[in-house]
Amino acid sequence: MDFMVFQYPMISVQACLDGILLGILFALIAYGMALQWGVMNIINIAQGDLVILGGYIAYFMYLYGIHPAWGVIVSPIIMYFVGIAIYKLVINKVVDRDLFISILATFGISILFMQLMNFAFGADVVLANSDYGTTMLFNNNVVLPNSKIFSAFISILFAICLVIYMKKSKLGRAIRATAQNARAAKILGVDTEKVYAATFGINAALCGVAGALISITFTIHPYMGLPYTIRSFMIVIIAGLGNLPGVAMSGMGLGVFEEFADYILGTEFRIGSVFLLLVLILVYRRFKLSRKREYLK
Amino acid sequence: MNKNNLLLYSGILIFGIAAPFIFPAFKVQLSILCVLIVLATTWNIQGGEMGYNSFGNILFYGLGMYLCASVQVGMFFPLAEWTESGGEKTFVHTPVQFFQGMAVGLIVAAVVPTIVAGLIGYSILGLRGHYFAICTLGLGVAAGEISGGIEIIGAGQGFTTPPFPDIGSLDSRGEFFYFLSFFVLVLTFLAIRGIYTTRFKLILNAIRDNEDKAEAMGIETMKYKIIGWMISAFFCGLAGGIMGGLVGYIDSTDVAFDGREMGVFMVLMAILGGKGTLWGPIIGATVFHIFKEGFWTFFLGWQYVALGVLIVVIVIYFPEGIMGWLREKYPEKFGEVIDEKDRKAQVELK
Repeated sequence: MDFMVFQYPMISVQACLDGILLGILFALIAYGMALQWGVMNIINIAQGDLVILGGYIAYFMYLYGIHPAWGVIVSPIIMYFVGIAIYKLVINKVVDRDLFISILATFGISILFMQLMNFAFGADVVLANSDYGTTMLFNNNVVLPNSKIFSAFISILFAICLVIYMKKSKLGRAIRATAQNARAAKILGVDTEKVYAATFGINAALCGVAGALISITFTIHPYMGLPYTIRSFMIVIIAGLGNLPGVAMSGMGLGVFEEFADYILGTEFRIGSVFLLLVLILVYRRFKLSRKREYLK
Repeated sequence: MNKNNLLLYSGILIFGIAAPFIFPAFKVQLSILCVLIVLATTWNIQGGEMGYNSFGNILFYGLGMYLCASVQVGMFFPLAEWTESGGEKTFVHTPVQFFQGMAVGLIVAAVVPTIVAGLIGYSILGLRGHYFAICTLGLGVAAGEISGGIEIIGAGQGFTTPPFPDIGSLDSRGEFFYFLSFFVLVLTFLAIRGIYTTRFKLILNAIRDNEDKAEAMGIETMKYKIIGWMISAFFCGLAGGIMGGLVGYIDSTDVAFDGREMGVFMVLMAILGGKGTLWGPIIGATVFHIFKEGFWTFFLGWQYVALGVLIVVIVIYFPEGIMGWLREKYPEKFGEVIDEKDRKAQVELK
């Protein structure tokens, strides 16, 4: 326990800003999860592993001398096809089945990806150095790496593009129609199979963007996937499906919470506190809902 | 119980007692098999019968493991110094101390997780479906991460359980742990078999099939859900305590709260055998363990890849499990009567 964070206000400001910039990234991943949860009613445990895979693509570009920021463009293109491949091989067989089946199947994919990445890229913690320098704020008391600002900016850009795409394009409308009522959409001539594949592909592409940004700003490691899945799941259940401002807000809130937990409890409890927060939120949700149920009685 | 069953049970019992003498080289494997069967059958109580698919039973298993070992050490020596020394020969248990500690440790390892399950269950079991599954997944991982930060039980560097005392023959360690785990297995089987003949099992099935309707019929579903989870936790804790002694070393994320191995294995074994049946998890665990031990060495380093593929294949192509497949093939053996007219009508429909 360390309460230094409250004695020096500048550390709080630092933690808040770090948390918000981090939270925007979480919100991007959570948006992908909300999309495919809403459309296909599947919870993808492999979400975090897709993020890490996207990160490794950017990292490899960095290793071969290309600036890792280009990974933001290359990684989603590759990840889109990875997502479609996963859909064709596994997900389309579990879409209409029991939810637990899909959770377990994606859990299997997650283990598979984790281990394949461990073989392919090694078990070291790596990061792609972007050389963007840092920005000093408040009389040099707050240090913000420019890469974090860059990543937040790119995430917001991608989110806006996606929202416009979903509103205006034909495929976007088909996706939204399928999310509302898959059967009715089918009757009206929407090829739901294609929509599902595209949704999963878009979700994977979003993960790719987020992963590339994470590899620039933070570090990546083959086994770090599950916390990202849990974070995005948490953000989606706090915000609710189809509530984009809510996703952004709760993403930032989670980021700030994590930074403060990091300062107060220590880094070794950071991931643990995320998972505990998930349990607490679900328990809170259950008691809130049960009160509603009693009221209905 | 008819005569056939009696023969079967006594046959299995005799085989179980004779097994370590017939296959002396596989004693450790056989004990692990017993533990796996216990885990799979207890997962089946709330996963298969109650319809609450939990990834978090690993919590009780790991808790039991840590509790049993810490009690066994803490009864006679200062716990902090033991973990500090990394299990070196500064403190040595005498045989009497070892067995006393093990006995008390196992009792604690069974009772505390049961209480924890009761407390957590009250707040968690109100969640339905995938919320429950993800919440328990979070619980298991959180427990692993947090126990990896606690100094007194070894934090990240692990906890060495007391080594087996020197009592004459060399094989006594394997035999002790085998018979201990086999005893727990028999205990679990008898307890669960007993439970499955009572009204309690029908209530669990009612909760699985339609919880709201069950509640409307006047069943206090929450009470029964918690009791079901507590039974699972009791045996999971026992199994964890034994496994800690058997492995000899406890690490927070690789042994105790190992969601990637044990946590998934127990779900997978129950599904492979067929959830919601008494024998399914037992058969599933045996097949899985034989497969794992037989083929793991061929994959050498690719085990987790094979595990991932196995999970996907089982879940997609084999969700009903071995018992479900048998049931479809020989329905009359399961006491199901098929109406010929109905069957024909269904064939025509297809």
